Amino acid sequence: MNERVAPSVIEGRTPFSRSEGRAVTISSVSAGYGDRAAISDITLDLARGSLTAIFGPNGGGKSTLLKCIAGLMKPWSGTIEVLGAAVGVHAARVAYVPQAEQVDWSFPIAVDEVVAMGRTPRIGPLGRAGAADRAAVAEALERVDMAGLADRQIGELSGGQRRRVFIARAIAADAEIYLLDEPVTGVDPVTQEKIMNILDAEAARGKTVVATTHDLACAAQRFHDVVALSERVVAHGPAQLVLDREVLEKTYGGHLVPLADGGVVLLDDPHHSHGSHEGHE
Amino acid sequence: MNPIDLLLEPLAYDFFVRALVASALVGVACAVVGSFVVLKGMSFIGDAVSHAAFPGIVIAYMLGLPIILGGAVAAIGTALGIGALTRRSGLRADSIIGVLFAGMFALGVALFSSIPNYVGDLFHFLFGDVLGISLSDMIALSALVVALLLVIRALWKELLFATFDPLGAGAAGLPVRRLDDLLLILIAVTIVISLQAVGIVLVVAMITTPAATAQMLVKRFGQMILVAALIGVTAAVAGLYLSYALDLASGAAIVLFETALFLVVLLFTSLRGRRAA
Repeated sequence: MNERVAPSVIEGRTPFSRSEGRAVTISSVSAGYGDRAAISDITLDLARGSLTAIFGPNGGGKSTLLKCIAGLMKPWSGTIEVLGAAVGVHAARVAYVPQAEQVDWSFPIAVDEVVAMGRTPRIGPLGRAGAADRAAVAEALERVDMAGLADRQIGELSGGQRRRVFIARAIAADAEIYLLDEPVTGVDPVTQEKIMNILDAEAARGKTVVATTHDLACAAQRFHDVVALSERVVAHGPAQLVLDREVLEKTYGGHLVPLADGGVVLLDDPHHSHGSHEGHE
Repeated sequence: MNPIDLLLEPLAYDFFVRALVASALVGVACAVVGSFVVLKGMSFIGDAVSHAAFPGIVIAYMLGLPIILGGAVAAIGTALGIGALTRRSGLRADSIIGVLFAGMFALGVALFSSIPNYVGDLFHFLFGDVLGISLSDMIALSALVVALLLVIRALWKELLFATFDPLGAGAAGLPVRRLDDLLLILIAVTIVISLQAVGIVLVVAMITTPAATAQMLVKRFGQMILVAALIGVTAAVAGLYLSYALDLASGAAIVLFETALFLVVLLFTSLRGRRAA
């Protein structure tokens, strides 16, 4: 009812048929913690090779939706298909990048060790990394422009480098779907640009990239599609087609301040407005 | 007496050689398992599981069963119980650990006090007696340590992934919960095979201290396990010689050596850190 249907064909982009081109198909999914729903009745298709930002207020269910797709949370109801099968069937082709603050950066582990984790499901238990695995790690580090930092302990890296290590892990895994929780939160604009260039390149070679973000400007400018999420999907589609005053009002509710000229301004989430930016690279 | 003689003299005694081999093996096993324990922040679980082995040991004694078997059943049961209750009860893990830790130990003490005319030595369960280890115990211990290290060698990548990034590991399809349970079982087994060497009260130090010391010295996880194992072996050998030379309790001597090494490394790294800053 308060859901807007996104245009399925966008100028200049190949339309996908509903059955073939979908990486993720979410049907009527609700999920939450305890007895509090975080997302309700989510129906959403994500095309292969798409670059999608999920944005919305704190507590709007962004991370919950990402965790359901990743198989880290079980929906209360509804179904999710990933690469044409139930969640978990193709888990080795799904890479999840946790929020930077959920990672223990003092862990005694080097950059190449983290990236090599991406190979774990492929190698399987008992097996050891071989030449192909080492090549995949080296190539992934090359792709995120960190080849010279393979031996660094992860805590010695800048904020942007820390995120790029985890993206390199997804690349080394040869995953089809990258799920990133807040990959550009708390980094400066130059670093953000660098990360988005990498994600853009990954989408261009057919990877499906889904990221949660608080940064509406980044979502609107750097992603192909946006999902406005406030427990329910308010809108889904290219930012320039679906983002308008009505959508923002429905998504953010009281955080929008109307302006005299008829526009609106979004007050930053209090949780994130004071966050200091991590070091510039 | 010159230093070489001081090193060689105790080797003439079979009991000392057996103790040396047993302590070194225990040192390696504790340090390797301890590396995962320290990085997962599970040291307190180690302490709980070792105390929880006590009632199992007493019951096995009362029934005339192998003591190590009784200890293993109680330790593994408690370790998995902590894991299951933490997931289901909604209580914080440290509350559950605190409850089970003291509860199981109290059960052991109560059972122990009910044994009429018990002549065995409680002291040995609590503080270890590696110098009294028999040949058959030493062989059993060696087999268990080898089995433990083989399991970790086989699942090393998976255990590391699940320890470092449980969300990423889960999304990639690794059975994170079963790996967590496996780690709890490995902790319990390590503790049980270490009891003879250092006893219930001190085993947590054998698990925590070498790994924590190694963490301050290295940048890679592969190095951490190697350095921790090296510290574990060194401390076992040095502690045993100290115990022989100064007539100290062997478990306490090993743990004191590890603690001293930890403090030295802590001092060294914090001084180095201050200079660099």
